[in-house]
Amino acid sequence: MASNEEILAGLAEIVNEETGLAPEAVELDKSFTDDLDIDSISMMTIVVNAEEKFDVKIPDEEVKNLKTVGDAVSFIAGAQA
Amino acid sequence: MARKVVITGLGATTPIGGDVPTTWQNALKGVSGAHTMTDEWVEKYDLPVHFAARASTAATETLSRVEAKRMDPSTQFAVVAAREAWKDSGLEQIDHDRLAVAFATGIGGVWTLLDAWDTLREKGPRRVLPMTVPMLMPNGPAAAVSLDLGARAGAHTPVSACASGTEALHMGLELIRSGKADVVMAGGAEAAIHPLPMAAFAAMQALSKRNDDPEHASRPYDVNRDGFVMGEGAGALVLEAEEHALARGARIYGELAGTSVTADAYHITAPDPEGLGATRALKAALFDARAHATDVVHVNAHATSTPVGDRPEYIALRAALGDHVDNVCVSATKSQMGHLLGASGAVESVLTVLAVYHRLAPVTINLENQDPEIPLDVVTGTPRELPAGQVMALNNSFGFGGHNAVVAIRSTGPKVELA
Repeated sequence: MASNEEILAGLAEIVNEETGLAPEAVELDKSFTDDLDIDSISMMTIVVNAEEKFDVKIPDEEVKNLKTVGDAVSFIAGAQA
Repeated sequence: MARKVVITGLGATTPIGGDVPTTWQNALKGVSGAHTMTDEWVEKYDLPVHFAARASTAATETLSRVEAKRMDPSTQFAVVAAREAWKDSGLEQIDHDRLAVAFATGIGGVWTLLDAWDTLREKGPRRVLPMTVPMLMPNGPAAAVSLDLGARAGAHTPVSACASGTEALHMGLELIRSGKADVVMAGGAEAAIHPLPMAAFAAMQALSKRNDDPEHASRPYDVNRDGFVMGEGAGALVLEAEEHALARGARIYGELAGTSVTADAYHITAPDPEGLGATRALKAALFDARAHATDVVHVNAHATSTPVGDRPEYIALRAALGDHVDNVCVSATKSQMGHLLGASGAVESVLTVLAVYHRLAPVTINLENQDPEIPLDVVTGTPRELPAGQVMALNNSFGFGGHNAVVAIRSTGPKVELA
């Protein structure tokens, strides 16, 4: 079980690996598409990598609801609980 | 009167250099790019061939980590070579709707395809990454180069095995002559030093098995040749309508005077022993260039170092050039770089252009006992000076499937001394 801080840090690492964005730029209120400029292919790559890292399932139909980094952190925290 | 097409930019990443100047210097010196592979998979799969000619410089020295992650190695090489050629051409202000790409590959994204297959089997379909398709598709290199340069007059991918890179120049010439483009980034890329292609080429007895002496394994025309050495990398040439190049005062390396493509329709892999398809290709390229056999002073031969391949090319050269073939000096640069498959024609065309520009033919290494059935004047030891006047050189490429492609490069000015 990871804390929300640990999930955020882990997600930032995955986003950095995929896009080159500085991990500090990955903040809870940032939108994946509007703020971080992440396209759908990168988003799916991030989702798949997050599933492996946090040992959770993120259904495809859920991905469209993950608009901000905070949405993703909450979903992963909930899925781990 | 057809539009004249000239060459104004060159790029390459090869087993003997990460760029054109290094590759060219080593091609003049005679350096082998073939080395023993220490990858765990060589032993794991007990491959019959333990060596290859890897690109001397990692693509990640030019590309960012994030760029490289989204590209198959073949596409990485393509983008590295195309960027060098583009910079070399000095092109800046250009109508991007008139800029096309013709970038070939023999196999395409074989690393991506097979890595994804491993992932599927080990971890299931969810772990197969969404970039897999754009990375494995054979038009990946052409598409990435088009995206990188903003080339919007079409991005094409000739695929004709080991003739692909040369066929890309043929396509580029046609695009400019027909008025569909003013500038074409033409080239070829390959990255197939993977256990599966290595096993498959070895299975057809195409690869040299000189495991104890990789540097001397690629030996075109030698009586003891026993197959080719797998290479990897990319070559790129900026082709430009002559009036376009003159209007901007571009440095011109030479004219892409003529090209041709023919098919043997003889056997799926074996070359026609009489070299008839290759002969027709050579004659057609000369005709296309409005040239005579006697204009030719130099040939960069396909010469892969296989027992069955090298001789039919000689027969074709003699049939197409007649006795003038005795006055032509031949370089077999696969002796140094190995065989870059779909990239070989592009990289060897870069060397052919430089041979014309500097009037200097690169050397062939490892030729100790020349096959008496191939009495060509092969450049060995030191580079050969070509005549000072107007000259023409040919580059041949042949591929499994009976594909034959030839390009004819004509000088456009006096000899340019080496820097």
